[in-house]
Amino acid sequence: MSGDSAATLQEAAQVSDAPARDVAERGRAAALRWGLPALVVAGALAAWEAGVRLLDVERWLLPPPSAIGAELLASRDLLLRHTWVTLGEVLLGFALAIMVGVALAGVIAYSRLVERAVYPFVIASQTVPVIVIAPLLLIWIGYGIWPKVIVVVLLSFFPIVVNTVDGLKSADPDLLRMMRTLGANRWQLFVKVQAPSCLPFLFSGLRVAIALSVIGAVVGEWVGASAGLGYLMTRSAPQFLTDRVFAAMFILAVMGVTLFLLVALAERYAVPWHRKTRRGDAPGDSSTWR
Amino acid sequence: MTAESPRASTDAASPPKIELDGIGQDFALRGVAFPVLRDVNLRVHRGEFVSVIGPSGCGKSTLLNLIAGLEQPTRGRILMDGRQAAGRPGTVGYMHQKDLLLPWRSVLDNAVLGPEIRGTPRAEAGRRAMELIRPFGLEGFEKSYPAQLSGGMRQRVAFLRTVLADRDVILLDEPFGALDALTRAGMQEWLLGLWESWSKTVVMVTHDVEEAALLSDRVYVLTPRPGRVKAAFTVDLPRPRRYEMVTDGAFVEIKARALAALREDDSFAGLASGASRAEGER
Repeated sequence: MSGDSAATLQEAAQVSDAPARDVAERGRAAALRWGLPALVVAGALAAWEAGVRLLDVERWLLPPPSAIGAELLASRDLLLRHTWVTLGEVLLGFALAIMVGVALAGVIAYSRLVERAVYPFVIASQTVPVIVIAPLLLIWIGYGIWPKVIVVVLLSFFPIVVNTVDGLKSADPDLLRMMRTLGANRWQLFVKVQAPSCLPFLFSGLRVAIALSVIGAVVGEWVGASAGLGYLMTRSAPQFLTDRVFAAMFILAVMGVTLFLLVALAERYAVPWHRKTRRGDAPGDSSTWR
Repeated sequence: MTAESPRASTDAASPPKIELDGIGQDFALRGVAFPVLRDVNLRVHRGEFVSVIGPSGCGKSTLLNLIAGLEQPTRGRILMDGRQAAGRPGTVGYMHQKDLLLPWRSVLDNAVLGPEIRGTPRAEAGRRAMELIRPFGLEGFEKSYPAQLSGGMRQRVAFLRTVLADRDVILLDEPFGALDALTRAGMQEWLLGLWESWSKTVVMVTHDVEEAALLSDRVYVLTPRPGRVKAAFTVDLPRPRRYEMVTDGAFVEIKARALAALREDDSFAGLASGASRAEGER
């Protein structure tokens, strides 16, 4: 037994080395992760501002960032009101898309018959341009929030379905066999193996879906609406309120990035092993960790 | 504890724990039946540690899958405790060459999978696991994820999971095959100590002659595919055994017998040279 405990100590030493190394690595990674994009954005804004001023571009043609910033401040109540409308459509549509997408993926993954019957329609729904469907929805359902929510769902359920189907099918067959030798039934296989192995795939789908949700809401509003940032843009452009159009675009961009980061954050909490596994798999680590 | 005490109950009254009777197994490959095992007869008594050795691809793993109930034999029958086995998985413990830990579960949560699936209360399963964490050399790592552990530790977690599943029969499919030589030797000695203090029936598949001789009460030698039992012999070394015994005269003699049984066939040349290389390492 003495040889064994020595081996364990050696293993323990290898494992405890990791946190110290991680801290330094993480500090450098954070600087790179936040500092670099900030630098790029600042540089681009400065070039834009300088370019517009030096070339004396008309403000209704291309406003400088400073004018857009001023507009953001001056019209903040108006912008905020329309932001809430759009955000509500995005979140409601995204939530519905998750439900529809995961439910569809579940039946597709568990029945060959359903897969053959349903998958073609799922794919077909993506080949019809959403800009064609949106006016129809307007005719059928009228103005209000639902046509926009449906456009959001139509756009964003697809990546969720495709990724979740792949995820449910990706469970390691050896793991499933191991579980069967422990006496697991089909439901236990699903809950304890297939669902967790699917989670990283589901989150890949969600990251794409959240970005598409923002686009969907704006497209829906573009076609016909009485509120929302998309509506505000369609109304401001003909009046040459270009700085307001850019202000709305800026808010949309911030909304998209923020929602994307929130999904990524949720993934970190829901799939902590995925991150750890990936770090463990880093080249150079493989000899000590395997 | 004396050498022969609780194990290998060979009295005629009790049926063998596991009995394979004329087992044949075919695989269909593009519609052609392709025999993997042919007429395999094998008996394992209660409390015995039996090894099955043979070259790669001789159907050793298929043999374990059949005993585990993961596959159904094409011919022959499998008896457990003298009764025709129902052929459903979940009745024996099975450990694979890969550790097959669930990456999203901590060490402790992986270990209690068996009791959890059977519906044992979590607290009780956790308590039993914690009692074994130390003898399994996993103390302080209960909350770690598999990706944070070394190969040897992961394999011990897999062992702990198999043990906590609490079956009388444990099947080991090259349990140390994925480990480096040094870790493997430590794990073999550790398993020796563990098993000698229990009363489990073990069937281990391996292509390592020394491993089979060190751990087993009896050894079966299979031919290349389609696998058939070519030889079977008893390892009459005293227990408790120690790793140092691998240099004893008696041990070397047994190893020579096993190697001779394997070498009879020319196609074992590769395996034999592999074994002598292993000898040279010491």
